Amino acid sequence: MTTRRLAVVTAGLSQPSATRLLADRLADATRRSLGRRGLEAGFDVVELRDSARELTDNVLTGFPPPRLRDVLNTVASADGLIAVTPIFTASYSGLFKMFFDVVEAGALTDKPVLIAATGGTERHSLALEHALRPLFTYLRAVVVPTAVYAASSDWGSGDSGGNGLRKRIDRAADQLSQLVDAKASTGPTDPFEDLTPFEQLLSSK
Amino acid sequence: MQFGIFTVGDVTADPTTGRTPSEAERIKAMVAIALKAEEVGLDVFATGEHHNPPFVPSSPTTMLGYIAAKTERIILSTSTTLITTNDPVKIAEDYAMLQHLADGRVDLMMGRGNTGPVYPWFGQDIRDGIALAVENYHLLNRLWREDVVDWEGKFRTPLQGFTSTPRPLDGVPPFVWHGSIRSPEIAEQAAYYGDGFFANHIFWPTEHYTRLVNLYRARFEHYGHGRAEQAIVGLGGQVFMRPSSQDAVREFRPYFDNAPVYGHGPSLEEFTDQTPLTVGSPQEVVDKTLTFRQHFGDYQRQLFLMDHAGLPLKTVLEQIDLLGAEVIPVLRNELDTSRPADVPDAPTHEARRAAAEVDHDSLVSDQNQTFEGTLR
Repeated sequence: MTTRRLAVVTAGLSQPSATRLLADRLADATRRSLGRRGLEAGFDVVELRDSARELTDNVLTGFPPPRLRDVLNTVASADGLIAVTPIFTASYSGLFKMFFDVVEAGALTDKPVLIAATGGTERHSLALEHALRPLFTYLRAVVVPTAVYAASSDWGSGDSGGNGLRKRIDRAADQLSQLVDAKASTGPTDPFEDLTPFEQLLSSK
Repeated sequence: MQFGIFTVGDVTADPTTGRTPSEAERIKAMVAIALKAEEVGLDVFATGEHHNPPFVPSSPTTMLGYIAAKTERIILSTSTTLITTNDPVKIAEDYAMLQHLADGRVDLMMGRGNTGPVYPWFGQDIRDGIALAVENYHLLNRLWREDVVDWEGKFRTPLQGFTSTPRPLDGVPPFVWHGSIRSPEIAEQAAYYGDGFFANHIFWPTEHYTRLVNLYRARFEHYGHGRAEQAIVGLGGQVFMRPSSQDAVREFRPYFDNAPVYGHGPSLEEFTDQTPLTVGSPQEVVDKTLTFRQHFGDYQRQLFLMDHAGLPLKTVLEQIDLLGAEVIPVLRNELDTSRPADVPDAPTHEARRAAAEVDHDSLVSDQNQTFEGTLR
């Protein structure tokens, strides 16, 4: 069985957090979906709270301390990414943004990404479309069409209405696994290995 | 092996007193630091070039010319000269002039600067940073080597029959280092010309710079200037010393905690662990500096940053005294004796002039032999 590695980035702050709960459900659904395609999946879950101080250091100094560097490498080398944030003040949380601010340029290029968010009420669900989707588009990731928003009330609702949380999770997970399946497993491009010879630099006027 | 000081030239408040030196004080302090460097036996003094507050050194050749008149031995250099926004013609003229006044004690380090708005202030576009560094340096390189230059490029007025004056001293252009903290293109550029490559090696982890230096070395060999181990590498470093390690940490901590570059982020202990910064006794500085060679191979120039973050002049001069008395003699002995014979020493004007004469003589004698051979 072929194996794919996916990174799950979650910016929930409390423990346990609804954001982590949603992230785990998305990962499980993606695992099942990839399994149906004959792919085995490994998941590396990144709790951004654990890197909060190192993220601040990185923003100030310009380089990641060792533990954060490992986390960034995990995300950069993953075959797919599930990114989940609580919605704070009409957008992704500051911690979530700080992480994607220090991800190396090009690390998410062409990477399949599933975006998801949690919030108190359904009124903030479009933050996924006006804040998260453009962020990942800027990073040149490929974002799946279904973004999953879970309001507090979703955790107590069934799927019989036709479009409950479980259905949305499964649909998004199928879309992600389809992209992960279709894409050959490749890491980010390395400018040191893709060097432009100097004669070419000189003549590119 | 050459050892020296490089200064950014920032005017920063001393966090322990809240006092900010005037520009005049800071400029005179930089001169005093250069004179102290020569006095204690260092080989190089290099100044940054900046065009915005809180930095004062906007006019490096003015400062270095003044220092040249007050010193006899120390090499005057830059860290860095903005090859992107300065006119390469003016760099060629200014530094050739300085070279004559300083009897050859001049080299330069090319860089692209750390302030985005400098590009538009000098009529350029930051997105052309690499292209400017490539084109401008190519012209500068020719202006110092060809008496009459015809030239046309993308970024400046064309030249027809232009001669940059004065010509380089003894026909030997100043040695050039190329400094970069992240661009493989600049390592490639340094390798192409067989120039030196300098990794500033102060604010980031060592591994970050080893990639650039390894690339430079490999490409130096690729372009036929010698083996990779023979490439000319310079490194930065940052230290704060007191005879006792605890005193050094206690005294430096407020400067570290409030430093413009890394203040209010990682702790002093984390930062010394993660980057080349050493805060401790002279012996600890020696030990840490000796690890650099393990990461980068035998190298030719080690510069130290000693005068930033608001450290008072008196403290900086004490630091340079310690460096000259207790650190450099040990490092010089270790690094010079362990360097293989076929790895070149750091470049000087005298050595480069002598090499140029040998090249010229062998060329002439080759021609004579051919001529005589034809006669016979």
